[in-house]
Amino acid sequence: MKSFFNYIAEIFSGIWTLLTGMKITAKYFFTPWRNVTQQYPENRDTLVMYDRFRGEVIMPHNENNEHKCTGCGLCENACPNGSIEIISKSIMTEEGKKKRIIDQHIYHLGMCTFCNLCVRACPSDAIKMGQKFEHAHWDRSTFTKVLNQPGSKIMEGIKE
Amino acid sequence: MAEIIEKLITTDEIKTDEYLVNIGPQHPSTHGVLRLLTKLEGEIVHNVEPHIGYIHSGIEKMTEALSYPQIVHLTDRMDYLSAHMNNEAVCLCVENALQVEVPERVKYIRTIFDELQRLASHQLWWCASGMDLGALTAFFYGLRDREDILDIFEETCGARLTLNYSVPGGVMFDIHPNFQKNVKAFITKFRKKLPEYDKLLTDNIIFQNRTKGIGILSKEDAIAYGVTGPTGRASGFSCDVRKHHPYSAYPYIKFEEKMGTEGDSFTRWKLRMDEMWESMNIIEQLIDNIPEGDFAVKMKGVIKLPEGEFYQRVESARGEFGVYIVSDGKKNPYRVKFRSPGFSNLFTINHIAKGWKIADLVAIMATFDLVIPDIDR
Amino acid sequence: MAFEKYDFTPITQSIHQGLIENVSPLLTTIIEWTIIGVLYLLFIAVFGLFLVYAERKVCAAFQQRLGPMRVGPWGIIQTIADFIKLLMKELITPKSVDKFLYNLAPFIVIIVPFLTISVIPFAPGLQSLDFDIGIFFVTAVSSVGVIGVLLAGWASNNKYSLIGGMRSGAQIVSYELSVGMSLITMVILAGTMQVSEIVELQRGGWFLFKGHIPALIAFTIFVIAGTAETNRGPFDLAEAESELTAGFHTEYSGIKFAFFFLAEYINLFIVSAMATIVFLGGWMPFHFGDWAAFNNVMDFIPGLVWFFLKVFGIIFLIMWFKWTFPRLRIDQILTLEWKYLLPINLFNILLMATMVLLGWHW
Repeated sequence: MKSFFNYIAEIFSGIWTLLTGMKITAKYFFTPWRNVTQQYPENRDTLVMYDRFRGEVIMPHNENNEHKCTGCGLCENACPNGSIEIISKSIMTEEGKKKRIIDQHIYHLGMCTFCNLCVRACPSDAIKMGQKFEHAHWDRSTFTKVLNQPGSKIMEGIKE
Repeated sequence: MAEIIEKLITTDEIKTDEYLVNIGPQHPSTHGVLRLLTKLEGEIVHNVEPHIGYIHSGIEKMTEALSYPQIVHLTDRMDYLSAHMNNEAVCLCVENALQVEVPERVKYIRTIFDELQRLASHQLWWCASGMDLGALTAFFYGLRDREDILDIFEETCGARLTLNYSVPGGVMFDIHPNFQKNVKAFITKFRKKLPEYDKLLTDNIIFQNRTKGIGILSKEDAIAYGVTGPTGRASGFSCDVRKHHPYSAYPYIKFEEKMGTEGDSFTRWKLRMDEMWESMNIIEQLIDNIPEGDFAVKMKGVIKLPEGEFYQRVESARGEFGVYIVSDGKKNPYRVKFRSPGFSNLFTINHIAKGWKIADLVAIMATFDLVIPDIDR
Repeated sequence: MAFEKYDFTPITQSIHQGLIENVSPLLTTIIEWTIIGVLYLLFIAVFGLFLVYAERKVCAAFQQRLGPMRVGPWGIIQTIADFIKLLMKELITPKSVDKFLYNLAPFIVIIVPFLTISVIPFAPGLQSLDFDIGIFFVTAVSSVGVIGVLLAGWASNNKYSLIGGMRSGAQIVSYELSVGMSLITMVILAGTMQVSEIVELQRGGWFLFKGHIPALIAFTIFVIAGTAETNRGPFDLAEAESELTAGFHTEYSGIKFAFFFLAEYINLFIVSAMATIVFLGGWMPFHFGDWAAFNNVMDFIPGLVWFFLKVFGIIFLIMWFKWTFPRLRIDQILTLEWKYLLPINLFNILLMATMVLLGWHW
């Protein structure tokens, strides 16, 4: 007889656990305003990335088209994947000395793992991480970027 | 007629042939490219042979060409769900080798991140296991709540999955001004969510029938196979690195090492659920007491380890994660070996899944919390 | 009563009269059959697509998502787009399948809903086949579907398919019993197997309320067993995604896969419709005792609307199961049937018979 009551009790406790589970899902079903889906391309205007979001490496320029990069190559050394290449050139300064300055700061976005080591390595804070994340493109060649803008110069007062 | 039936029952004359089924490399429940060559008789599993190597990425070999800060960023890619623990293990190993004392603030931040990462990992495990057992809604609830942790990560260190937050000597950034507030808000919210998870699955009669008494791993076997983490603790093997070899801020805090006794799928499940509560307790002890100070010590531009062998273990979300570095004094390591918990845990599967049904094999795999890049490295 | 004005009999009668006066009786029969066939075909296609959409939306709501939102406003033509995609896909026949059985299986599966749907009265006078063993016919015909599933599993020459097919066979054969017995319980109460008669008998009150306790038990069992019979919810072992990838229809593609898919949803409709007819009064409006005003308002809603409201209620319930519970294991499914549902069912039949004998029902 005891086993019979256990059998009945088992059925009811089983059904009860199932109903509690259904209560949880029903709670979310009937509160659709709590939905968490973000409709991505539509919400582009309101989508704000965090300041520290690591989307790509950028080199900020000021209004006079000047940057802070000295072309020292520390970021190139720090990069684990070889996604940064520094090409420098020699120029004659006004005093008549030969000086090596940066020609092109080449950044291969396709090889980058966004580890932030280059930004940490930079002694003059010339590069930083940008917030742009929509990098998809039809053409692979667009992933190779030159970070210093054409005709840009190094800012005054940056230590060589 | 009766004689024939009698004969058929007592002899082996009609016997269903065993057949081989490849579960994986592409299969919904292997969570990656793991291949289980399974020998079945009808539905009963007779033998499981894990074949790995489908996403072997050669991380250990790659590290030999990289400097120490660069190695840290590669370890994100092994057990991507315990990325921060992996980073921390390498950092601690390098710091110990150089005998650098990191500031207290770093220790606290690292420990909080460890536990947040553990929560995120256990949540993904929770919801993915639910999906393996057929409760698809659980999957979305888990991901929904994990998103909050990932947002906290993103705000502080700019990445969601491959954090690369620890660097030798400290952490990469100081914590975001909102960090403490957000973590506290998350914990308050999550304390309400966890009982909901229990109601949805843990208490569910179908779920209990699917997991209780299934796939029992004894304590002896757990020790013999080197099973660590929640899987080992569910079998009664006290193996919490946080308790036995404390690192970072773990010596300063009080927490309980959750233990199970049965070692079946349900114990493994329950233990991880309990661990989530414990992780929240740990975070709450630390979050208000983060000491002021630097977030990193200044290290040399090129880090060179002294000649010798160094080992550091941490408790990742899956078990004991070890980093073994052999250095010959150069800026690159001579040899690096990662001891990944998933590798040892996976190979018990043949031992414990034998004789159970194919659906139980899925349940066992789910409660083992396998991450395939962790196994394949 | 007021809702009598929604009776479809005059319309069908006038069509029949119009035809029989103008053409020969044979041609009349052929034309009527064609009309009915086309109507059912249309209904199954449209309703199946709608149910797929509804399921995706319902499941999304349970999971705090939005579901399909891109194709059309709120994604309403998503399933039509999916269907077109399935139509255009290549029909792959793997090399070593049993070609005849492999191609036959989807058709057997899709025939079943066509057969069963014929006895369902959608509204007064809107029923194509009304004969005195309607319930019996439904239980008999609905078990044919398992042959298709078994054939698909066997002929695919795939181990996952085979396991799925065998699971499905074991499961449906067992749950057929529970479905049949819970229907028998209600047949005892009704005293007839004629579907239209059963609906008519519920004019005074739905059988769920008339038969109180045993009817409630029978209803619960019917919904559980019906879920199992449609291979859905916690009983979707035949296509258990996390174990068998897609179970018995792993090897099917294109429109043949669509047949399995469509059949699953139409079977869902049929199970819900049967529950509606036998327990919830078919197209009968909801009446409450002697609240004349309330009852009159209810009567203004057409029978067709009532029928579909109830059907959607039950479909929602079954979807709710599916999106809440984890899957059972094959032996647990059989345990549930043979150790729980069947004994309860047998006891319930006894209870119902006693009750009917003693007249303890309303």
